[in-house]
Amino acid sequence: MQTHDKPQLKAEARNLNFYYGQTQALKNINMPIYDKKVTALIGPSGCGKSTYLRSFNRMHDLYPGNRYEGEIRFFPDNSNLLSADVDPIEVRMRVGMVFQKPNPFPKTIYENVAYGLRVRGEKNKRILDEKVENALRGAAIWDEVKDRLQDLAPNLSGGQQQRLCIARALATDPELLLFDEPTSALDPIATGAIEELVHELKTRVTILIVTHNMQQAARVSDYTAYMYLGEMIEFGKTDEIFIKPQDKRTEDYITGRMG
Amino acid sequence: MQPMTTEQIRVLIARGKLKDTLFQGLGIICLSIGLLVIFLLVGDMLMRGLDRLNIEFFTEFASRRASQSGILSAWVGTLLVMLVTAAAAVPLGVAAGIYLEEYAKRNWITDIIEINITNLAAVPSIVYGLLALGIFVYTFGFGQSILSAGLTLALLILPIVIVATREAIRSIPAMIREGSMAVGATRWQTCRYHIIPYAMPGILTGVIIGLARAIGETAPIITIGALTFIAFLPPAPFSATGVDGASAGLFDWVMSPFTVMPIQIFNWTSRPDPAFEVNAAAAGFVLMGMVLTMNAIAIYLRYRMRKNIKW
Repeated sequence: MQTHDKPQLKAEARNLNFYYGQTQALKNINMPIYDKKVTALIGPSGCGKSTYLRSFNRMHDLYPGNRYEGEIRFFPDNSNLLSADVDPIEVRMRVGMVFQKPNPFPKTIYENVAYGLRVRGEKNKRILDEKVENALRGAAIWDEVKDRLQDLAPNLSGGQQQRLCIARALATDPELLLFDEPTSALDPIATGAIEELVHELKTRVTILIVTHNMQQAARVSDYTAYMYLGEMIEFGKTDEIFIKPQDKRTEDYITGRMG
Repeated sequence: MQPMTTEQIRVLIARGKLKDTLFQGLGIICLSIGLLVIFLLVGDMLMRGLDRLNIEFFTEFASRRASQSGILSAWVGTLLVMLVTAAAAVPLGVAAGIYLEEYAKRNWITDIIEINITNLAAVPSIVYGLLALGIFVYTFGFGQSILSAGLTLALLILPIVIVATREAIRSIPAMIREGSMAVGATRWQTCRYHIIPYAMPGILTGVIIGLARAIGETAPIITIGALTFIAFLPPAPFSATGVDGASAGLFDWVMSPFTVMPIQIFNWTSRPDPAFEVNAAAAGFVLMGMVLTMNAIAIYLRYRMRKNIKW
C-alpha cells in the first residue's frame, strides 16, 4: 500500500469487549476507523454490528447491566471514548447517530433540526436559522421542506424523515456519524437518496455504517469490516474484501452461502 | 383422516357462529345493566330535584328552610378544594412518576416503592382522613381548612397521578428517548423537551380521573372536620375583611372553613323533613354534572394534544 493515500485515523477500537449482563456480545475487537472515509459493518443478524456501533456514542450507558472493556481511541486528541472519566454526553456531542427506523420528534421540522443546537444552549435566532438551513441542505432535503419548516416532522414521508434525522445529526457538526441500518425501513428510491447522501457527506464527516445489505456496503463504503458472532473476522478496503476476501467465513457470507 | 365435506364445514361454522351470537347477546345484556342503572339514577335525581334547579339554588347558602336552601358554599368549597388538590397532587405525582421512570435504577428498593404505590391506591379513603387529621390539622396546624382538605385529597389521588404519569411515559417509544440522548441531551433536557410534553395527554387524563374521584369523597373530609352548615364564603383575594379596612391576602382563602358538595348532600339526606330530599337530589345532579364536565374536558384536551403527537 502506498503511503500517500494512507488516510488518517479518526478512531480505533482496541481489544474491545462488550457484555450485556453475563452475555458477551463483542469479543476482542480491534479495528481502525479512517478520517473522512465511510466504513461499513456487515455480517449476519445478531453478529454484534449494532452493538459495536452503539459503543461509539455510549448508547449502551442508557441501560443498566451493560459493560465495556478495552478502548475506543478517538483522534486527534487520543482520548478513550469508553473511559469512565469521559461523560457519555460529551461523547454524544462529538459523535452523531442516525437510527434504523426514522425517529423524528413529534415537533416541527425546524425544531427537530434545531434541537441539538438548543441542547447546547444556542438561543440566537439568526444563528439557529442559519445552522438549520445548512444542516437541511447538507442532508439534501432543504428544497423539499424550505416552505414548510413549521410543519410537523412525522407528516413527512419515511425517506424524508430519515434525511431529516440526518440533518438533525449534522446540525451540531459531529466528527463521526454513526448510521445503524439507515435504509432498512425505506423503499428503494429513498434508499438511493440516502446512499448518495452518505457518499457526499464523507467529504465533511467520518462515517461508520451498519448495513445488512452487501450491495449497499459495496456501493457506499471505502472500508468494510465483516463481523460474525461478536468477532471482527476481517477488515479491509471494500473492493479488496469483496473481490478477494482472505477469510473463508467472509467469502461464504458475501457470496451468499451463509447469512 | 378424510378431508371434510362442504356440508361438514358448514355445520362446523354454523356451530361456531351460534356461540358468537350467544356471547354477543350476553355482552349487550351485561353492558345494558350497568348503563341502565346509571341512567335510572341520574334520571331519578333529575326528576326529583328538578324543582330546585334554578339560579337561586346556586347563589344561596344553605338554610333551615328547604325551599330557600342553596349550594353556594358547597360548590365554591368543592371548587377551591379541587384547586388545592390539583395544585398539590400534579407536581408531586408527575415529578415522582418521572423520577421512577427516567432516573431511578431498577432494583429491589424501586420494586418495593412500586408495589407500595399500587397498594396506596387501594387504601380506604377514611384512613387518609385519619392520617390528615393527625398531620395537617394538628401537627402542621392547618386546622379544619380548605388547605387541609385539599392536601388530604391530594394524598388520596397521588397514586393515581403517579401511575398515570408512568403509564404515559412508558408509552413513549425508546427510539424517541435515544434520538434525544444521541444529540448530546442530558436526562433533564430529554424530559423537558420530550418526555413531559409527549406524556402530557396521558398525565392529564390521570389527573382528571383522580380529581373526579376526589370530588365525590366524603369520609376523609368529614374526618378532618369540614362544616356541615356554613353561611359564608372563603375570603376572595384582596376583598375587604371588615377589620379596619384591611383586605384579604391572595391566599387567605386556603385557611378558611368550608363545606363541599358531598357533605351538603349527606347533610340534607339526613334531615327528617322530606323537602330537603329534593335539595339533596338536585345537589346530587349538580355533582354528577361537575364530574361529567371534568371528564368531558379531559377527553377534549387529550384529543387536542394527541393530534400533534405521533411516532
